[in-house]
Amino acid sequence: MTDDREHYEAVVVGCGPGGAAAAARLADHGVETLVLERGPEAGSKNVSGGLIYAEESAPYTLDDLFDGFREAATERPITDYYIHNVAGNSVKTYDLTDLHEHDTDWCDAVLRRDMDAWLETRVHEQTSETGGGVLTSVRVNGLLREHGEIVGVTCDELEPIEADLIVAADGVNSELARDAGLMDWAEPEEWFQGVKAVVDMAPDAIDDRFDIGPEEGTAHLFSGDLFEGVRGGGFLYTNADSLSIGTVFHLDSLVEQAAEPHELLDALLTHPLLAGWFKNEYHEREYAAKLVPDSKKVAHRRPYRDRLVLVGDAAGQMQAQGPIIKGMNHAVTAGALAADAFAATRGNADPAAPGRRYTELLDDSGTMAKLRPRRYDLARTIGERDAVTNAVERVLASPIGPLAVGNPIADRLLQRAYNSPFLVSMLPDTKTGYVSLPTLIAEAHGKTIHWESDIEPPTLEERIGDLTYDTDVGNPHIELRDESAEASGAAVTACPVSARDFGGGCYRTEAVKTNGTEETLVSLDTQPCVECGTCAIVADTEWEHPRGGKGVEYREG
Amino acid sequence: MRSIVLTKGVPDFSEGAVSFDEDGHLERGKTPTVMNPNDEFALQAALQTTVRHGGHVSGMSMGPPGYGEVLQEAMASVYTDDSYLLSDRELAASDTWATAITLSAGLETYQETVADIDLVFAGFKTADGETGQTGPQTCWAMEWPIVTHVIALDIDPDERTLRAKRLVEGDLDEIETVEAPLPCFVVTDPEFEPTYRTASHRLTHKALRSETEERAAEHDDHLTTWDHTDLNLDPDYIGLDGSPTIVSSVDPIPKAPSEREATMIDPHKGMSDVLETMQPYAAEAGE
Repeated sequence: MTDDREHYEAVVVGCGPGGAAAAARLADHGVETLVLERGPEAGSKNVSGGLIYAEESAPYTLDDLFDGFREAATERPITDYYIHNVAGNSVKTYDLTDLHEHDTDWCDAVLRRDMDAWLETRVHEQTSETGGGVLTSVRVNGLLREHGEIVGVTCDELEPIEADLIVAADGVNSELARDAGLMDWAEPEEWFQGVKAVVDMAPDAIDDRFDIGPEEGTAHLFSGDLFEGVRGGGFLYTNADSLSIGTVFHLDSLVEQAAEPHELLDALLTHPLLAGWFKNEYHEREYAAKLVPDSKKVAHRRPYRDRLVLVGDAAGQMQAQGPIIKGMNHAVTAGALAADAFAATRGNADPAAPGRRYTELLDDSGTMAKLRPRRYDLARTIGERDAVTNAVERVLASPIGPLAVGNPIADRLLQRAYNSPFLVSMLPDTKTGYVSLPTLIAEAHGKTIHWESDIEPPTLEERIGDLTYDTDVGNPHIELRDESAEASGAAVTACPVSARDFGGGCYRTEAVKTNGTEETLVSLDTQPCVECGTCAIVADTEWEHPRGGKGVEYREG
Repeated sequence: MRSIVLTKGVPDFSEGAVSFDEDGHLERGKTPTVMNPNDEFALQAALQTTVRHGGHVSGMSMGPPGYGEVLQEAMASVYTDDSYLLSDRELAASDTWATAITLSAGLETYQETVADIDLVFAGFKTADGETGQTGPQTCWAMEWPIVTHVIALDIDPDERTLRAKRLVEGDLDEIETVEAPLPCFVVTDPEFEPTYRTASHRLTHKALRSETEERAAEHDDHLTTWDHTDLNLDPDYIGLDGSPTIVSSVDPIPKAPSEREATMIDPHKGMSDVLETMQPYAAEAGE
């Protein structure tokens, strides 16, 4: 260790739920812990669909670690859970509350700005007591190495800092995980992209229209033919005085179909089913987007290198299987386990001892088995093979399909099947589960909705205009390495703040004439960027986060 | 390090707050008083010194009793440990000279009754008078060195020196580095930017900021008021009687015309168009 460098026992990068849990637990163990958060306040860079689970089987939950968490930092407990199978105006609804309640101690809807900012205050109090604290508007930009070994972090705003433990809780676009060579941003099929609108609704209107009490909340999922055949679905969660409505799609499917994410969201927002809830009033507070790692494919089995451990999205710890979407709870567990691992191996001369122990704890606690279910791995080998998918799709499309799905026994069985955690964990990620089957269910069993939707969601330009940015003028955080349409053209549609024929987004195409030949080139303006990371995967870019405190600032999240 | 930050209450000239009468005169009663905006940089420099080297910062101001709020704003918005208000009817209508005499008496009294001072910080010009004289005159009365237009500051507590980067002729292209012994007077430039490049400095900064905000909520507990007897000042040499300059009248600055006309001239037709266009105005001016 160098004398003139600052040293902390632990540095936690990112103050989302994973980082907060790690830091709080480290402080519990008396570890001197510095937390570095790149947003001007924790939560200002964060987006989630909006449900946080506390699993009965989990070793740690947020209310274990932070007294009064649910009272102070969450929106509503989710007491009802439904999935709507949609075919045109025909909708068949299954009650999935049984599945929702499986292994669930509680589950609350949350908005990340409020939630994470509350956590930041608690974490700062706790870590201050052991000689550290939380610093905001500091971006950690890489790993500090000595003789090839990771010994600390480097930052845009601060001198390099050495640490005995580095917790990368820096989110889905973790620059540290990439720097360590533990994660890459190569394959669209390993990722989902979510977009979300937070929509105003008065508390009593929510109670009335969703038929719930003031201390209750509801979740609705949507699948079927309303998303142009793109693999994925929609969700609606009730907050205290707003709704979180969003869509989540497989990124590879978005790219293949050249679908516009904001248009798919609009397809949900303007569906007649939602008109009954909106009553023709629609005021959107915030448009947001986020990448989601598919833990089944990318949850790192050994998420450490030297003194570095990855937790949460940075380690791909985001469980999305059919209607089950759990991320924050696993990040919390992982963060707390990483802290415990460090405490248990203190004094061990091997710098990688905490990482190894952390990996064991992830396995022993059953967390890794949830993130990467063996059943899925087994089912996937046949389920996602094109031949099998095509065969099943052909059966469903044939006259036998409606017959098989359409009889009353099938209806009961299907609801039971959706509610089975066992079966859900085997759901292959093909068009069948997301589109064909739900569409068929709705056609066979659905009721026709006769409402008309008069909702006009804001345009993409208005949505960008409503977001808050502190632009780092003259210092763009993304650079386009290859501006050819083949290499980077997919970003024009897949980027949630870009669209074909829209000049105000991040990515656009331009016809450039040179020496009599015309070619289509992609150009980039990072000002409207919401830092989701989509283009890092679908385009050829040099992608970094903006400097500390710069870029988009979410108010809802 | 023991620092004093001199601050002044000025009319809030910001849009919506400031009020002028029909003749364009400031309506003092209708315009709220705020801390002189440039004083923020002086406070930032004092806070940076405290973060880096520890110590104590006192805010000091001269003015009516209501200026306690200005010192409270200094405490809440940046940082001070306590506040000293030099307030007395005898001090009313002081010019820059009489103010400097009073402030230097405040600094002397502070040294005698509270603690030795290492650094005095002042902002660059006040938003109302814009003379830029009071700081240097106060320093002259103290017979201390002064460094003005400071944009960056480093203290060596062991050597008891400061090293400062300052703008020469107020120009960002011309920066000189100077060294001075403590105690010293520092006038910060609006270009001054505090820098905190280590995590421990930032954590200290955060802790001090949260302490000072809490303290400011109970500002009266941290405020000391001194009148001319506390300061051992002869009423003949302060206030209006001690002020050699007198403001005879104030003229409003004429407003620029709000509408202008632009006529595009076809460059191909040359200057004849310009002359033709200008002619009526030339004739008018000749009359």
